[in-house]
Amino acid sequence: MSRIASTFAHLRQQGRRALIPFLTAGFPDREHTVPLMHTLVEHGADIIELGVPFSDPMADGPVIQRASEQAIAGSMTLARVFDCVAQFRQQNAHTPVVLMGYANPIEAMGYPTFIQHAQDAGVDGVLTVDYPPQECTEFAAALAAAEIDPIFLLAPTSTEARLHEVAAAGRGYLYYVSLIGVTGAATLNTAAVSARIPAIRAATGLPVAVGFGVRDAASAQKIGAAADGVIIGSRLIEILEAASDTPAMHRAAGEFLGSLRTALDQLHGAAQ
Amino acid sequence: MNRTTGNSPFSQPDEHGHFGRFGGVFVSETLIAALTELTDAWQRVREDERFWAEFQHEMAHYVGRPSPIYHARNWSQQLGGAQIYLKREDLNHTGSHKVNNCIGQALLARRMGKKRIIAETGAGQHGVATASVAARYGLPCVVYMGAEDMRRQASNVYRMKLLGAEVRAVESGSRTLKDALNEAMRDWVTNIADTFYIIGTVAGPHPYPQMVRDFQSIIGHECREQMVKLAGRQPDEIIACVGGGSNAIGIFHPYLDEANVRLTGVEAAGKGLDTPFHAAALGCGRAGVLHGNRTMLLQNADGQIMEAHSVSAGLDYPGVGPEHAWLQETGRVQYVAATDEEALAAFHALTRAEGILPALESSHALAHAARIAPTLPADAIVLVNLSGRGDKDMHTVAEYGNLQR
Repeated sequence: MSRIASTFAHLRQQGRRALIPFLTAGFPDREHTVPLMHTLVEHGADIIELGVPFSDPMADGPVIQRASEQAIAGSMTLARVFDCVAQFRQQNAHTPVVLMGYANPIEAMGYPTFIQHAQDAGVDGVLTVDYPPQECTEFAAALAAAEIDPIFLLAPTSTEARLHEVAAAGRGYLYYVSLIGVTGAATLNTAAVSARIPAIRAATGLPVAVGFGVRDAASAQKIGAAADGVIIGSRLIEILEAASDTPAMHRAAGEFLGSLRTALDQLHGAAQ
Repeated sequence: MNRTTGNSPFSQPDEHGHFGRFGGVFVSETLIAALTELTDAWQRVREDERFWAEFQHEMAHYVGRPSPIYHARNWSQQLGGAQIYLKREDLNHTGSHKVNNCIGQALLARRMGKKRIIAETGAGQHGVATASVAARYGLPCVVYMGAEDMRRQASNVYRMKLLGAEVRAVESGSRTLKDALNEAMRDWVTNIADTFYIIGTVAGPHPYPQMVRDFQSIIGHECREQMVKLAGRQPDEIIACVGGGSNAIGIFHPYLDEANVRLTGVEAAGKGLDTPFHAAALGCGRAGVLHGNRTMLLQNADGQIMEAHSVSAGLDYPGVGPEHAWLQETGRVQYVAATDEEALAAFHALTRAEGILPALESSHALAHAARIAPTLPADAIVLVNLSGRGDKDMHTVAEYGNLQR
């Protein structure tokens, strides 16, 4: 069983939801990435989505665009993202790490090399925003053969037929984009998200994680009531951006994540 | 009539939008449904004679087509070789070939019941054409433009505003065309139900490269008729500038099956192909994925997209339409490059010889014509796509200080 599958299985046994923070690798700079990953785990992260910065992040809102630009300006490269994961793995063997990014850096490296490095570093899943399943069948099969989960997006605009197509291609979990827009947009309709999840569940045995517009404990809790996992990205980056120094950054990230953890675990408490 | 038919090896793309290994639909899931809806609508109108009749009517009465072909006798004589003919897309309403595609997509938007138009623009020509067409059809219009381009093309910004469009400055990335495209995509993904995104070139996800090509192919179809009337035969060579490549594909496509017509695309070599300051994605790029398709891209070793450079904002794009990438790979079209300096020299030469101010984009095609014409016999015919007029470029030309005498 993959690290992602066993994480969800374990959480499910406990009636808990996965808390999945997204962090742009190399933001605010290269030295902070691995320590921040550990901080996130200490404060309740079950899985970490590590953003591979790209020059043209078409699906991202201004916050993650800014973080990507800053990371690239700080010489963060795909090869160095693997270094970060490998370094993280020296101290943490249980928390799944999912690389999230765009196709071009992977194509520039060549996907066999990418997969080899990902495997060596201890990457558990790969979510490539601009690789819909029909454009990456070989890549997805090669990832799966290397026991790395290809993770795909589903959107509010996905049709019923599409839902089945994506569900058949995905492994690990399905990432449901909670809103029609870019990451970090402020238009999340938690009721609409919750209403869609049963249809997704009917199409797949995979866990369903929701992201793109979750900003606080309240919205995380509402989403968590329906989904298996909650992904939080832009708001976390904003909190890192606002911190005055390194200790403050770790403290703020920890407090924020802790508040989400508590909110999600209240669902578990309520269920009991 | 503007459609490719038959079993030509050049009848691309396949049903999934692939031109060989290029093209495709490389977008986030949120856009998939919208692109499917667009592809379905497009395939329906593609077979609808009434749609094409409406398109032709607008081409004739709003754009002023067919655009003439002009035999540049003075300039040909000065160059001392081949006869140079110019396809006068600069005479179109709004000043370039861009309007052909805007009319086509706006007509499609109306059929799909879309209430709002968005577009990206580099030089501003596509923005102006879109703003004009939006005014013509009474649709609100937002144009995304890189802040750097807004500075270079201030008069076009003003024109778009006069036409009632809202011009939104894009401050991210290199603040040029590629970033404007990113931002327009982000708008589209956010307002997908009521918004039609008019992409200005033969790039983007399927069906855009095919759709834009089909609308722009009116250029080449007209040339096929006009050249016979004017010169008694088809040209030996056709030259067009290539940024994204819409004017080039428009003139090339109807000629792809004519093996003895040589087709040459001219990319912007900027300050030189041996410097980092150029826009030659075909000449110097590597295959990759950007803006929804797989194509040739200027990128660094780590797969980050590099900033392109050209004196002409319209060629300042680090990618190129996927069909060009494929045509290069098949060898059917050859791609060369012309520097800023060569383009400016051609700009001045044509202006003085013929009283025609070409756009700096088109000046790249002229520069290559000037390069080869002296090597050809006097009865050779070279047809250049004069894709736009240079009025918008006065400021840039003056800045480069090339006013001679």
